[in-house]
Amino acid sequence: MTFPLDSILRFRTLAVCSIVACSAAFFVSCKTSGGPAGSEIIVGEYASLTGGTATFGQSVHNGDVLAVDEINASGGVLGKKINLVTEDDQSKTEEAVASVQKLVNSDKAIALLGEVASSRSMAGAPIAQQAHVPMITPASTNEDVTKKGDYIFRICFIDPFQGKTMAHFALGSLGKKRAAVLTDVKQDYSVGLDEAFKHTFSTAGGTIVSEQSYSTGDKDFHAPLTSIRAANPDVIFVPGYYTEVSLIVRQARELGIECPILGGDGWDSPELTKGEEQQFNNTFFSNHYATEDPDSTVQNFVKKYQDKYHAVPDAMAALGYDAARILADAIKRAGSTDSSALRKAIAETKDFPGVTGHITIDENRNASKPLTIIKIVDGKFHFAQRIGPNGEALTPLK
Amino acid sequence: MKSYTGLLIAVVTIIGASFLAPMINPYILGRIIYIGIMISLAVSLNLINGFTGQFSLGHAGFMAVGAYTSAVVTTYLSTHGLEMSGMTGTISFFVALVCGGLLAAVAGLGVGIPSLRLRGDYLAIVTLGFNEIIRVIIQNVDFKIHGTDYIGGARGFSVLPMTTFIWVFLVAAVVVFCVENLVNSTYGRGFLAVRDDEIAAEAMGVDTTKFKVRAFVVGAFFAGVGGGLFAHSNYNITPLDFTFLQSIDIVVIVILGGMGSTVGVILAAIVLTTLSELLRSVPEYRMIIYSLLLIMLMISRPQGLLGPSTLGKLFKFWRKPVVASTD
Repeated sequence: MTFPLDSILRFRTLAVCSIVACSAAFFVSCKTSGGPAGSEIIVGEYASLTGGTATFGQSVHNGDVLAVDEINASGGVLGKKINLVTEDDQSKTEEAVASVQKLVNSDKAIALLGEVASSRSMAGAPIAQQAHVPMITPASTNEDVTKKGDYIFRICFIDPFQGKTMAHFALGSLGKKRAAVLTDVKQDYSVGLDEAFKHTFSTAGGTIVSEQSYSTGDKDFHAPLTSIRAANPDVIFVPGYYTEVSLIVRQARELGIECPILGGDGWDSPELTKGEEQQFNNTFFSNHYATEDPDSTVQNFVKKYQDKYHAVPDAMAALGYDAARILADAIKRAGSTDSSALRKAIAETKDFPGVTGHITIDENRNASKPLTIIKIVDGKFHFAQRIGPNGEALTPLK
Repeated sequence: MKSYTGLLIAVVTIIGASFLAPMINPYILGRIIYIGIMISLAVSLNLINGFTGQFSLGHAGFMAVGAYTSAVVTTYLSTHGLEMSGMTGTISFFVALVCGGLLAAVAGLGVGIPSLRLRGDYLAIVTLGFNEIIRVIIQNVDFKIHGTDYIGGARGFSVLPMTTFIWVFLVAAVVVFCVENLVNSTYGRGFLAVRDDEIAAEAMGVDTTKFKVRAFVVGAFFAGVGGGLFAHSNYNITPLDFTFLQSIDIVVIVILGGMGSTVGVILAAIVLTTLSELLRSVPEYRMIIYSLLLIMLMISRPQGLLGPSTLGKLFKFWRKPVVASTD
């Protein structure tokens, strides 16, 4: 093998070095020329617009943009327009870190919206906390996210809350007293819902007659379901993800288990009922909101979203929309964009009329809000009931 | 001895530059740190892929082993009352990185041994499989000490932010120093011999098996250390940070830099990270433009940014050249 001539080598090195230098210069120059301070309020958003969780990220982003456009059209906040600076983190943790560092340090965002995935929210949160920039996550349900510091908030419910509310729903709205649970032991999500459900159900007067488990990826559930059938429950709680739940419900019906089956937001997928839709009758699951909810805030949002994006907004879009509006509301109440005043205003959010229900931020910076129960009828998801944060029914069961 | 002078100069420069670090915008500093981590990872992969000619797609697997091991060590020490700043912090972090590197080296040994029998595409597939195995194990393992969950499965593992400018570039300097000196030593000619012609090398008495395994072990050790730095700059790590796509990112740097060219690989790490960062303002087209630029670079520079040159050859005018390959 021969080597290139030294002169060429040096020329090349020089060329490459100059390219690097040019790009570095461009890099620095475009970063220092951030938005003009004063004329607008810069809000940072980091979302997974591409990559593994792109569908969630894009929905949240659409919701955020819809809310910001709406706020700006009605005159903005504090007499200024909101400038939403969006960073795509490609569904990668290290990109989320870079995005938040950029938004906080270069764009000088006064607040952050994001992320959907708890793992990426937990990567961004320490940076926001350290820089004292309030951050609102629309959809990270892991309890630890808001424990990262007093500048970190969330507007979605956390996992145990769904379990608790489903227990109230089973006892109150459905009037059932004997429950069986079937848990996915591989998923923290499932275990969290399961524990909250069992605790609430048994302390509120019900009995847990059977506790069975399975693991993500299982295909045959006849063994746990037969044990459940033997215990003769009048309601079954299956807090899993739709891939397994879709098989569990079918196999339960085949075994002749006809009682209502309940679940959490892991059920929310059009894939759930594909095939034999009849078997999903008499099943319910909790979700952030339902497009059919007669509430006028919901209907207005669904209409505006469809006009703009020609698609039905999913729960992520609704949460993104609420997160951006809660932030704007807090800026108004704070009367300034000062970080500690804004933090205090977000923390004091009370009964904010969001699409996903009236939202109150509690002392742990989590959202205390109602939850929507979806009923499946012939494979279609229908709004069934709205249940308040303390388990009280806000609307009659449909 | 000249190379020691080089290392010394590098160390002094890095220590000097570290005083400037607090003055840089933390976002840009974060990206510079990321470049430093990528340099360590790519230069260590270059030992396996570039110098020894074994096509490995499992570097993110070694990274993951190092990342999780070092994160467990620092988390364990900090929850047991050890101050994670000042001198104790420095020592703990050093210990954590070395532990991460060592465990990754053991993993490297595990992959290196089957690699004796496989070549080319087959080896690539085996290492890719290894990468996925590591990731799936981390995703499913229940690793608890005194009831505290350390790994966190798919939910992620919160890691203390301990990686600083000085750590990253000192490690990078050590990696470059070790890899360069290893392949430029009399002993290290064996790596190049394995790459250039395995049968001829064997005929000349080079123990090709041993050289391949050594390349994997040394490469994996530094990948583990790099993974440790990565974890401690990321605040939160999940198994999804270590998919084979991450391996491919590193392989791209090595190929673009030029297989077997340390300076080229360093340049490629800088160029690619900067490019990807410059394209941040156009998120929709970012990956398209990035990929197009990669294709263009590969067409115009198929031998890598600098071609098959090494550090020694770049600075030939003051250093005696070493004859590199048999051909």
